[in-house]
Amino acid sequence: MELDVMQDKDEVAQAVIEIIAEQAMIDRADISRDNTLSDLGLDSLGLVECIFGIEERFGITVPFNANTPDQPEFDISSVGAIISEVEKLVARQAA
Amino acid sequence: MRRVVITGAGTLNPLGHDLRSTWDAMQAGHCAIDRLTCRDLDRLSVQVGAEIRGFDPVAHFERGKLSLLDRFTQIALVSARQAMAQSGLQITEELALRAGVVMGTAGGGNTTVDDNYRAVFEEGRNRVHPLVVPRLMHNAAASHISMEFGLKGPGLTVSTACASANHAMGQALMMLRSGMADVMLTGGSEAMLCFGGLKAWEGLRVMARDTCRPFSRDRSGLVQGEGGAVFVFETLEHAQARGAEILAEVAGFGLSSDAGDIVAPDLDGPVRAMRMALADAGVAPEDLGYVNAHGTGTTANDRTEAQALRRVLGAHLDKVPVSSSKSLHGHLIGGTSAVELLACLLALREGVIAPTVNFTEADPDCPLDVVPNEARRAPVDVAMSNAFAFGGLNAVLMLRRA
Repeated sequence: MELDVMQDKDEVAQAVIEIIAEQAMIDRADISRDNTLSDLGLDSLGLVECIFGIEERFGITVPFNANTPDQPEFDISSVGAIISEVEKLVARQAA
Repeated sequence: MRRVVITGAGTLNPLGHDLRSTWDAMQAGHCAIDRLTCRDLDRLSVQVGAEIRGFDPVAHFERGKLSLLDRFTQIALVSARQAMAQSGLQITEELALRAGVVMGTAGGGNTTVDDNYRAVFEEGRNRVHPLVVPRLMHNAAASHISMEFGLKGPGLTVSTACASANHAMGQALMMLRSGMADVMLTGGSEAMLCFGGLKAWEGLRVMARDTCRPFSRDRSGLVQGEGGAVFVFETLEHAQARGAEILAEVAGFGLSSDAGDIVAPDLDGPVRAMRMALADAGVAPEDLGYVNAHGTGTTANDRTEAQALRRVLGAHLDKVPVSSSKSLHGHLIGGTSAVELLACLLALREGVIAPTVNFTEADPDCPLDVVPNEARRAPVDVAMSNAFAFGGLNAVLMLRRA
């Protein structure tokens, strides 16, 4: 059971990284959890497209408004932060 | 150079169904943003907008003709009728050849597209109404205006997203100055408060969920609206010769391209457009009495526009009221700068500055006198109206008191 959850979590992380890699047009191996999206060369349009990709991939709704710089509802400060936010949304949906 | 004046103004917008009611609502600081009534609203995350309420097309158009008229065309025609009536113009056979129309719209017959895609894709129908194409085309409004009033001179539609109406009116100004025409009907209209029109904007993640708060620290984006306005522009000579009442002079126009980003606002492009407009009008920054801002209520636009205004007006900016009437009527996209020109006319004609409503807290990034929440009395001789479009296309119009 524990292993399944771990695998699911890993699946989320891998999928998020894949979406970001495609948007940034870089190899997924070059992305680490510490990277910010701007490190990876993504601008605000790239970010909006990543979020769209994440929503479509997991069938979730991400609370994101480009007008609220600190994004209180959805932490976008790094790749790792985004992954854990998506994990929370996926878990909430499964519950 | 031939000078150009406004002798008629008409409008149909969320604040009012004519010039007087719109001015009254602006002066009262009435915000027309409310819960939307469009189909499938439950599938939209943004559920507020500024709709035109209480407009019955059947009261304005024959039933047989309505199948040709998308809502954006209806708005344009109703506005044009009011403007023509106010101007007192009679289009004689001779004048018809010297009279034209330039209209702005971003989405054209967006509602017609939405309805018919729904019919063929969702409902699986294999047949659409035979007049879908002439109804949805972007030039439908300009064409119907030319037909209704018999304007046989230049006729065209300009589509530059959120700056469409200002570009259209600037084009009309240049045609009058250059001698291509003596009278031009011009302005803009928009009607995309349908499921598809709203869903597309929702995708950009720049929409406010509650209301539009331009320049306020807690602003959270733009709110869409529908509507438009049409003006009678004519040469000063032509207006004087027939003893027409002059509402204002169209004193100058400036336009520029950012050549930068497709959506992110730029500082340099708007600065150049505003400087060009001031120079074209022969107006020094010190003479400017009011700015109707683009003021969408997005974080990026409002901050950048404030910086651009500072660069253009310098210390004088501290003495100029700068308000965003989008807080009152929403963002009418391609028609918005036509309705916003009504706020400039209100300032010039009645000495009333329309407020920026829904304002709660000053933003240090937008150090402007935004005329918060309540209209203000102030004499204004020259007004500037900004429009900065997606795609980085900027258009700034200047009006001078007649």
